[in-house]
This record gives sequence, C-alpha cells and structure tokens, in this order.
Amino acid sequence: MVMEKLMEDLKTQIVEQLNLQDVKPGDIGNDDPLFNEGLGLDSIDALELIVLLQQHYNIKLLNAEEGPKVFYSVRSMAEYITTHQKANP
Amino acid sequence: MEEKFKITSVVSVCNNRIWLNGQLAFECKEPDTARFLLSAFQNLKVTYPKFYKMDGLSKLGWVATEYLLKDKPGFTLNDNYSAGMVLANKNASLDADLKYYQTVASIPSPALFVYTLPNIVMGEISIRHKLKGENAFFIQEEFDADFIAQYVQGLLNNNILQSCICGWVDLLNEDYKAVLMRVEKNGEGVEFTSQNMLTYF
Repeated sequence: MVMEKLMEDLKTQIVEQLNLQDVKPGDIGNDDPLFNEGLGLDSIDALELIVLLQQHYNIKLLNAEEGPKVFYSVRSMAEYITTHQKANP
Repeated sequence: MEEKFKITSVVSVCNNRIWLNGQLAFECKEPDTARFLLSAFQNLKVTYPKFYKMDGLSKLGWVATEYLLKDKPGFTLNDNYSAGMVLANKNASLDADLKYYQTVASIPSPALFVYTLPNIVMGEISIRHKLKGENAFFIQEEFDADFIAQYVQGLLNNNILQSCICGWVDLLNEDYKAVLMRVEKNGEGVEFTSQNMLTYF
C-alpha cells in the first residue's frame, strides 16, 4: 500500500517537474519505461529526475552509473527511494 | 554586382496578436505572456511536447517561425544547409537567467539552465525546421536594421545561404516582441533593404 502511494506521488511529481503537459499521472504505468519508447524523456529530463529525488525525498544519486536502472520506471524509482529512505531514515 | 533579394514573408508578434504579412493571424486576450504563447501554440494544432519545456524566448521565436513558415513547408526541404538564421534582441536570455537564478538558492534546475543563452531559441527553431545553415544571434539596444541587412546580404551574396530567417525576438517578463522575415534569393516580395525591414517594426 505504501509502495502504491509512493508510485502515485511519483507520477504526479514527474509530470510537474518535467512539465509534461500532454501527460496525466494516470497515463504512466508503474512499469512503463520512462525513457526511449516510454515517455520519451531526454538527458535533461534525467537531470531533473535527479533533482526530484533530492527535492522531494532528500536522496542524492551519487553513482551516475545507477541512473538507467534507477530511472527505468516509476516502480524502479520507488524501490530506490524506499531502499535509501530505510538506509538513511 | 550584388544581387537583389526579397522579403517573401513577415510575421510580427506583440500585444497579444500575431500578424502574418499584414493580416491578423491570431489574437487572444490572455492576461499574461506565458498564457498568450501557449494559446498561440495550441491554435497551431501541432503536436510538439518539447514546446512546454522551452523558456519564454524560445517559445516566442518558435511560435513566430511556425506562423512564418506555415505557408511554406518546403522552405528547407531542398537543401537544409542553404537556409539559415540571423536574429537579434535587447535582453539576451535575461528572462531565463533570472528564473534560473531563483532556483540556485535551493537546487539549480538543469531544465532552466539549458536556456540561459539567447541563441538557444535558434537551436529550437533549427531542430523544428531542420535548418542547418549559418546562424548568428546579436544583442542590440534596438533593432539595427543596417547591420542585420548587411550581415544577411553578405551571407546571401557569398552563397553561404540561399534563404534566411532574420529579425528581432525579445522577451523579458511581460514585455515581448518578435518580428521575423523570410529573405530569399528567389521569390516574390518587397526588396530586402534596411529601410523596408524597419517598416515592419
């Protein structure tokens, strides 16, 4: 349930942070790819997602190589947030 | 002997109106610049998600060019490298600079940072219309028609370009104005001179 709520929050935050005016949070599937064939995000959007993690969840992505895995989908972002919030409560 | 070139089309955007070749092409009474530019974009009925992410200056230049080339979709199709752009303004990218500066106090926004150069508006237009020819952006206190005319004529006379979008695109807070012209070697229109350019301002 907590995970579901987190994913719904993330969808709203992604739409707002990335100014995706043609996309509604409900249009984004939990497992849809955010880049390439999914939402079609670009490299600047990736930087904005890093800012989003820092602003809303106080989590810094220290290893850039983790980016593609962390930002693959809303679920992978939520899992990363859950893991790191437990590690740094 | 220098060739004569033609201004084949002119678009003007100011005071909540868009004029194309002297005809009112779009008008709305939105209370602020951002909403006016959004309405003008929506009126075009094109799908272009990147528009929403642009800064105000890029939106202004993008919308103006969209109207300017609306009746000429083949403007760049024959040879993308022969079509270029020479633009100028007064406030450079100050509008985006100030918005970016506001984010620096907390977490700087990468999406705002990429628009903190005035020539980015030309990048957005070039991507949209596949323009790959020479381009230049100048900062001037007011539109220097003699300078711009001489610069564009040089590009055309030396066969660096066959056609050029040139003019003024400026935006700061709620003040905005764009006057863009299509200048071509072959085409119908008034002669491309600094005096004729100034009549559109």
